[in-house]
Amino acid sequence: MSHFSRRDFNRLAVGAAGVAAIGTPWLAHSQARKIKVGMLLPRSGYLAKIGQSCQMGADISPALIRQMYGVDVELMNADFESKVEEARSRAEKLIDDGANVLVGAFDSGASAAIAQVAEQRKVPFVVNIAAAPQITKQGYKYVFRNFPTAPQLVTNGLALFRDLFQATGMAPRKAVFMHVNDTFGTAMTGGIHAILPKLSYLPFTLVEEIGYDPAARDLSVEVAKAKASGADFVMLVCRLNDAILLIREMVKQRYNPMGVISPGSPGMYEEAFYQSLGKYSEYCISNVPWYDPKAKITVAIEAAMKKQFPKESLLFNALNVGFTVEAMMVVGDAFKRAGSTDGTALANALRSTNISERMMLGGPIKFSAEGQNDDISSACIQNLGEKPTVVLPAASAEHKPVFPMPGWGKV
Amino acid sequence: MPVDAVINIVISGLLTGLVYGLMALGLSVIYGVVRIVNFAHGEMMTMAMYATVLLFATWHLDPLWMLVPVVLAFFAFGYVLQRVLVNPFIDRPEHSQFMLLLAVALVLVNGLLIAFGPDARNVQVDYALDSYAVGPFIIDKVRVICAVVALAVCAALFAIFRYTSFGKAIRACADNLLGARVVGLNVPHLYALTFGLGTACVAAAGVLMTLLVDVTPISGPGYTLLAFIIVIIGGLGSMVGALVGGVLIGVSEALAGLIITPSAKSMLSFALLIAVLAFRPQGLFGRRP
Repeated sequence: MSHFSRRDFNRLAVGAAGVAAIGTPWLAHSQARKIKVGMLLPRSGYLAKIGQSCQMGADISPALIRQMYGVDVELMNADFESKVEEARSRAEKLIDDGANVLVGAFDSGASAAIAQVAEQRKVPFVVNIAAAPQITKQGYKYVFRNFPTAPQLVTNGLALFRDLFQATGMAPRKAVFMHVNDTFGTAMTGGIHAILPKLSYLPFTLVEEIGYDPAARDLSVEVAKAKASGADFVMLVCRLNDAILLIREMVKQRYNPMGVISPGSPGMYEEAFYQSLGKYSEYCISNVPWYDPKAKITVAIEAAMKKQFPKESLLFNALNVGFTVEAMMVVGDAFKRAGSTDGTALANALRSTNISERMMLGGPIKFSAEGQNDDISSACIQNLGEKPTVVLPAASAEHKPVFPMPGWGKV
Repeated sequence: MPVDAVINIVISGLLTGLVYGLMALGLSVIYGVVRIVNFAHGEMMTMAMYATVLLFATWHLDPLWMLVPVVLAFFAFGYVLQRVLVNPFIDRPEHSQFMLLLAVALVLVNGLLIAFGPDARNVQVDYALDSYAVGPFIIDKVRVICAVVALAVCAALFAIFRYTSFGKAIRACADNLLGARVVGLNVPHLYALTFGLGTACVAAAGVLMTLLVDVTPISGPGYTLLAFIIVIIGGLGSMVGALVGGVLIGVSEALAGLIITPSAKSMLSFALLIAVLAFRPQGLFGRRP
């Protein structure tokens, strides 16, 4: 029997420790077939419903990514409670717990905070939904966004205003602009102030601008102010809860504008909007990025939704689920090409992303030097029959647009 | 700005202010008699709102029908809370009382979070979107109902203190504690009754508020702060002051939103608070110490 001394044991232990300290990370990175994705969403607080809607997209993604790219994804979910300060600390914790990449966060303020953490820690961050332009204007190397910036949303959204007025033969002269005053609302407001005055083809001017807290419990004063402005229609940049409150107040105060039109914000096409308002959800219009129902990948996503969430419908969660799944696809594709979970290798792979088969309308997913995908289209979505219906562009329309709306007493 | 729009806003603020007043009345009554500031006041209101939401979800009963049972249940809750938890702290330093009630508030908020989760909940009655048209004015039906019920509850409370023997005994405790003890009044029982009445008031306000706004577990601290602002403006311990303070806050918030900007609603409430503290520290209806 060979003698194995304490000194031999120590040598072996030191050698093993050395391999563990130096060699293992390299081995892990080079041979990794599984990537840990830190998913940051507002699943509670005032953005809860939309956060939960995005979470469905995250939950169905691992199986889809395995099918598409042959790689495994482990989800690490974190709820930042609709609070920006929580988003930052949850991002830190996810990275400390081993997340290789971050995805999220629906909210612009939270996404901006997470982007700072991602950049400092050199962990890639793929934004699913967030429009504040500054997120990809800071020169970050680890931040990538497959969603339009606020100016892009406004440009696309206002062009659809023109198409809507042309299609219905209407020319409203006065608009009241109501908007949430969070990071997203402020970014959209900045975009509207910069772009609207240059668009000579739009017949209306803004006669009143009303900012409000997206977590407000009562918007009666805001609606009274809008009504008193005498505007023909309401241009609305909203979230979900406040959109419900606003419509309820409009009904109560018998304020019947020609329409309520969003140039590119969430809220009025969400399932909770229809459930809460019923018939009063009708005719509201959102000019937002939308999905191609005929795309092959949409069919796969719809099937996955039906399997995992049989009570949910893709139609009412399309934007949230679509952009979240696409963010996960971006991660899966980059991971497959990088063959590593190293942050810098993943970021390099993300920069050369080129995914042509996608669910949302627009060109292939590619990122500019700033990490921004600049090729995402919007569609004019009107609530008809208590569901979101594409009314413009005409080529994709499922129904003709209804403008002006008939008034709350006649819906 | 058209005059009818301004009057509409003032009416709306006035009606909401009456519900605020009822909420603050509970705080004022408890302080006026027991000399303890209930730092869990808003959280108790949130609890009453959840009770209403739960009953509505279970039996689809109109919150107005639930008013009496919820108020009675919260009266009992307040009574027991005072006898078991608060009464031992009556003679302790104010910071001990503060810590106790703050702890109660934290327990309530976290208990609600565990039980109901963080999502907003509401009650949708058939008449939620109805309004009355009176000439050029549009008045929200739900606000009118809430204000009328709030006034009725306030009137009942005033009547209890003025015409019932135990109401008079409670007032005696507030006016002259030593004298009340000398004539043999059961002070701990009367203190508990007062705490129960204050809790019942805030529960009534909570039931009405479910008709006006959504509720989340973290709504409580905001309501506590609002109740404080109102009673400090109206005068801590003054029942009339609480009602007038509520109306003042309701109307001033509405007008600030209309004339300045909606984001300035809370700012004006705090400005009023600072003005009162600076120029009339005892509040509009409070007695100078």
